[in-house]
Amino acid sequence: MPERLIEVKDLKVQFATEDGIVRAVDGVSFELARGEVLGIVGESGSGKSVTAMTLLGLTKEKNTRFEGEVLYKGRNVLAMNEDELQEVRGNEMSMIFQDPMTSLNPVYTVGAQICEAIQIHEKTDKRAARLRAIELLKQVGIPNAESRVDNFPHEFSGGMRQRAMIAMALACNPDVLIADEPTTALDVTIQAQIIELVDRLKDEFNSAVILITHDLGVVADVADEIVVMYAGRVVERAPTRKLFYDPQMPYTWGLLGSIPRLDRPRQERLHSIKGTPPSLIRSPTGCKFRPRCPHAFDKCMEEPRLENRVEEPGHLDRCWLSVDEKRRLREATIAGEEEAA
Amino acid sequence: MLAFLVRRLVGAFLVLVAVSFITYLIFVKIPGGDPAPRIAGRLATDQNIADIRQKLHLNDPFYSQYWAMMQSLFTGSLKSYSSQLNVVQEIKRGIPATLSLTIGAGIIWLGFGILVGVISAVTAGRLSDRVITVLALIGISMPVFWLGLISRYLFAEGHPLSFLPDGEYVGLTVNPWQWFVHLLMPWTVLAVLFIGFYGRVLRSNVLDTINEDYVRTAKAKGLPPRRVLVKHVLRNSLIPIVTLFGLDFAAVIGGSAILTETVFNLRGVGQYAADSVQSLDLPPIMGVTIYATFFIVLFSVVVDLLYAWLDPRIRPT
Repeated sequence: MPERLIEVKDLKVQFATEDGIVRAVDGVSFELARGEVLGIVGESGSGKSVTAMTLLGLTKEKNTRFEGEVLYKGRNVLAMNEDELQEVRGNEMSMIFQDPMTSLNPVYTVGAQICEAIQIHEKTDKRAARLRAIELLKQVGIPNAESRVDNFPHEFSGGMRQRAMIAMALACNPDVLIADEPTTALDVTIQAQIIELVDRLKDEFNSAVILITHDLGVVADVADEIVVMYAGRVVERAPTRKLFYDPQMPYTWGLLGSIPRLDRPRQERLHSIKGTPPSLIRSPTGCKFRPRCPHAFDKCMEEPRLENRVEEPGHLDRCWLSVDEKRRLREATIAGEEEAA
Repeated sequence: MLAFLVRRLVGAFLVLVAVSFITYLIFVKIPGGDPAPRIAGRLATDQNIADIRQKLHLNDPFYSQYWAMMQSLFTGSLKSYSSQLNVVQEIKRGIPATLSLTIGAGIIWLGFGILVGVISAVTAGRLSDRVITVLALIGISMPVFWLGLISRYLFAEGHPLSFLPDGEYVGLTVNPWQWFVHLLMPWTVLAVLFIGFYGRVLRSNVLDTINEDYVRTAKAKGLPPRRVLVKHVLRNSLIPIVTLFGLDFAAVIGGSAILTETVFNLRGVGQYAADSVQSLDLPPIMGVTIYATFFIVLFSVVVDLLYAWLDPRIRPT
């Protein structure tokens, strides 16, 4: 049994705003063990980034309220003070962000920014830190790392900047790497390289990875388990294979249907989920996906619990449809023939 | 880098020529701009005026007059029409007072402007931010001559609060302490406007920068908040302040200190310029214009260099 690193228990994150209370994360639970890759998938505004930032205590503001627990090796991150958080950030858990173009400070060299991460957590002199930075840049596949280390971020391409971000995140050999849409701003060929890199480095550094994305295709190959989020809640959670072969939640079908595929007849248009994600201030009653769900019926006015409904024990979902109905209906949705049906 | 410098210096020279020429034209062509009748005095005959015209070469084409004036200015022999004093000597005499005033005020306004801006950005929305905002707006709204006169009245003219000497400039080499106390009031008065202005600008820069992705990255690295603020937020939000400061400072040296110098009777270059404009005395006006333009052009080159040093993205390679 690999060491359990992170345990999120019924996490709720609420922001008080002028318009009302935003329930950005509303009862999310998951676990992460060393060596694992957890994928968190959902549309914009589903609460996935807030969940990730909360793991590092980065959402702590005066107008934020937390409930539940985020345990890192048994210690509750939500209860830590600023000093303890600084000790964890970048050292034990580190994070890479969506847009590598803006995530590096333009006025410092890439090397200086990596060294900064090293020196804040470890007592190393400048020279040793610099050598480590060069070594890290080599590991993430930057050519000529010895000279590139003194380049400024604007002298790097987008893919190289994301590699540099990864090098910086791994500088102190963290246990957990949180990647918040690491490939969204990159072109497709680079996307695959970055994901591969993260997957390889996870083994080299013996850490665990949380990979956040809106694109199921990105996590398909690397994630061990996938959590699908909608309106701040987990709506389906399953081992990756199960989620792709036997998806239970109509929202997941929508996400799967919106991936372009070569093995299906070419459609006129790519399938999309109709409507927009609900307001997190006044969310719909009952199942949160009900207003957009083509298969909603009376019972959906009451919200289903996240529980196991199929034969596979680790596979949880929030949908009232019977398993047989789901299996029949989803073929149409995923194939994009929903309108004809 | 060298090419950049050469290009800028050539440009600076052209600006100097253009500015001096335009100033010359304006003062020669305006009604009453002809110096001969004024020099001749009220009881002059036509013959007197004609003689003066002849002597000052005022009958030559204006471009050759301009050329002659520039020549005498740069050889240091240009004389005022009205007082017959050497222009370059007069400007040189005023420079210590003007530089003492502007450099001191510049240090005060930059230092306090940054302090005030950072405090109000860090405490944005709270009481201290609101108090600073109101004070800054008051500071910006107070005209220098008004503030100067009021503070002279309160602190220098026998009022119970008075503890400072009233105006005048004492040379730094003559008596450093007297130099300091004589300038304390002018410095503050000149700086108040800029402190308010810089504080406001920096506040909004800092608040913009705080939301940058790289600041979030810095926090995620585990840097302490103070280090994030100084190294990642301030370092970037000070870049536009440097530009502002360079140009404002040059403008103040080049003449915006006129009001302060006059109110406190510091006899600097600004006051000399003001007196010369009043008597339409062309040679000193030309001299002061060249002097002011020189500083403005010089500082805009310095700002460009500083900018490149502060922001690697625009560093010429």
